[in-house]
Amino acid sequence: MELFGLSQAAWGQIGFASISIVAGIVVCIGYFWGANVILDKALPSDVTGNQLNVHNENRRSAIRPWLFLFPALLFLGLFLFYPLVMTILNSFLDKNSESFVGLNNWAFVFSQAAFWEAVRNNLMWIIVVPAACTFLGLIIAVLADRIWWGTFAKTLIFLPMAISFVGASVIWKFIYEFQSGDTQIGLLNAVVQFFGGDPTSYIDMPFWNNFFLMIILIWIQTGFAMVILSAALRGIPEETIEAATLDGANGFQIFWKIMVPQIMGTVMVVWTTITILVLKVFDIVFTMTDGQWDTQVLANYMFFWLVRGDHDGYSSVVALTIMIAVLPIMIWNIRQASQDKGTG
Amino acid sequence: MMGNSTFGRLAVHFTVLLLVIIWSLPTVGILVSSFRDKAQISSSGWWTAPFRSSRNARHVPTNLTGQKLVDGKWVTEGRIFLEGSQSVVESFASTGKKLESDGTSEAGETAKLRKGISVIVQSDGTYRLESETEITRARDARFVYRANEPPIFTLDNYKRVFTRDGIGQAFLNSAVVTIPATFIPILIAAFAAYALAWMRYPGRALITATIVGLLVVPLQLSLIPLLSLYNDIGNVFGIDAKSYWGIWMAHTGFGLPLAIYLLRNYMAGLPGEIMESARIDGATHFQIFYKIVLPLSLPALASFAIFQFLWVWNDLLVAKVFLGDGETKTVLTSALKDLLGTRGGDWEILATSAFITIIVPLTVFLSLQRYFVRGLLAGSVKGG
Repeated sequence: MELFGLSQAAWGQIGFASISIVAGIVVCIGYFWGANVILDKALPSDVTGNQLNVHNENRRSAIRPWLFLFPALLFLGLFLFYPLVMTILNSFLDKNSESFVGLNNWAFVFSQAAFWEAVRNNLMWIIVVPAACTFLGLIIAVLADRIWWGTFAKTLIFLPMAISFVGASVIWKFIYEFQSGDTQIGLLNAVVQFFGGDPTSYIDMPFWNNFFLMIILIWIQTGFAMVILSAALRGIPEETIEAATLDGANGFQIFWKIMVPQIMGTVMVVWTTITILVLKVFDIVFTMTDGQWDTQVLANYMFFWLVRGDHDGYSSVVALTIMIAVLPIMIWNIRQASQDKGTG
Repeated sequence: MMGNSTFGRLAVHFTVLLLVIIWSLPTVGILVSSFRDKAQISSSGWWTAPFRSSRNARHVPTNLTGQKLVDGKWVTEGRIFLEGSQSVVESFASTGKKLESDGTSEAGETAKLRKGISVIVQSDGTYRLESETEITRARDARFVYRANEPPIFTLDNYKRVFTRDGIGQAFLNSAVVTIPATFIPILIAAFAAYALAWMRYPGRALITATIVGLLVVPLQLSLIPLLSLYNDIGNVFGIDAKSYWGIWMAHTGFGLPLAIYLLRNYMAGLPGEIMESARIDGATHFQIFYKIVLPLSLPALASFAIFQFLWVWNDLLVAKVFLGDGETKTVLTSALKDLLGTRGGDWEILATSAFITIIVPLTVFLSLQRYFVRGLLAGSVKGG
């Protein structure tokens, strides 16, 4: 039986999803509402004796925040905290997380050439991608604010942020496409050919192929940098720029000496946010090369040990390596956030 | 500044235009290709799509039953193109190798094939085969030609990937994963955010700091322990460890830090006087939350919903690990990745599938861009 071109099985799936959404929301509302009603009933205020009323009210306000927080803490605990502890533990256990093997996993992973290749590549990604995104984003933010079609331009630059890493990989693979023979249907090779160069295959060209993969992430993330920096630039007081203009500063001086220092905090935020994203980059490498031709990165190497290598211990060690790399930024973020609260 | 002279202003326009073109071309490329004819995609660049293009093709006669003996020769007449086609034959030869080298014949000339067979091809695609003996095998009379064709735009690629390559089903799977995973975390996060923004109790600062920390914890850390937990649960209850409920819960857990963080920042910025006066009127926290704070926080809820929608729809890793593959499970990103492996050079399939994969997030993004930007700014400038 078909309805609107969808099979019965498809309608079954849609029905299942719809019922699940409703069920999920009903359970949530039921919990929050029910828990509050129970709390009010269990510790009522309308009893005789003022002393008890005040006592109950205090107890209620001590308990209520935890009722509000409980589901969130449960999820965070189960899906982030518990796994974090277990991963640390797993890194000292064998293949199936059964017996203790000391530091063997760490020693093994650190002896693998592929691991150090991944570390080297991740370092290159960390150096190139955040810098390129921030730089390009800043340039576009500054320039687009000076032209009448700037909003439109920014939307187009921003657009790739909505595209999945896999989708972006396919899009760029088409750009890098190489065919033997005269006809090149890949844009890059066609341009190379137009300028008299020889078409080449870019994806399996060791070392340089890393940069062709990085371009994909730069393409996606520049819009992010642009939007955040554009907002920060608009927050710069006009007077500072006017004063510099009166003092005879030229455009570049104003940009580097007046504008950039004032948005340095935001630049740092953008830089660190993209750095974290880069450390976790998986989909692009997995889709384009799966780590072949010297393009391995940590997240893909971790996935390799998880699925094909089927070794929980090694996989945990690689995952923890990513975590250790993220740690300094995490601490910096937490300190920034607490400072903001202090001043605000 | 640098844009004050006419030259400077032009330079700004030009630079931005160049960057916009570079940024848009890749996406335009697959969009255009998804509507092009399969053969034309592999024989000419997508940027030539509006123009006539030339390509090599092979023809094997199918009308040999109509052979006639004329003046001692067996003659077959036929046409390469359909009636009314605007394609033009430029040259032809017996083999592809000859067509590329000097063994080629111009339209209207004669080319020797094999076993005493020769052919004359006119530029309109009609041809005349002549043979000393009756042609028994069609492949003896095959020939290659270079045709100049008008551009062909078609919806065939879309029909094909929807029905034959499983993209239609994958689209549905993605939607089934994404929509609940977008909505379930919102309420949970909203209550927690309210508790962090407007309630007083010991441990509040610690929880807030922990959430800021969890924002950046790599997903990779969670995969193995959760996978074994899911497997254990699956074993105990005798159910499939990789299920939709499993992936919804996982996405809820992974999305919560950002959700709570965004909503907390937003709620903390709401004017305290409203809540103060509601308290004096005897409203409880629960009432204040759903009567005042929740309606006022709608823009922030929308911001988060867009983030979560884009993230879940575009995710590959979580889907691969917690949902796996199967007809009613493989999501779009995973299906597209698989096609890249199995259909490596078939760009009509890849471009079309890629476009179907990105069209939903692009539409959501373009129509709700305002909320998305607001969320980005709240998420990164204020706190972290």
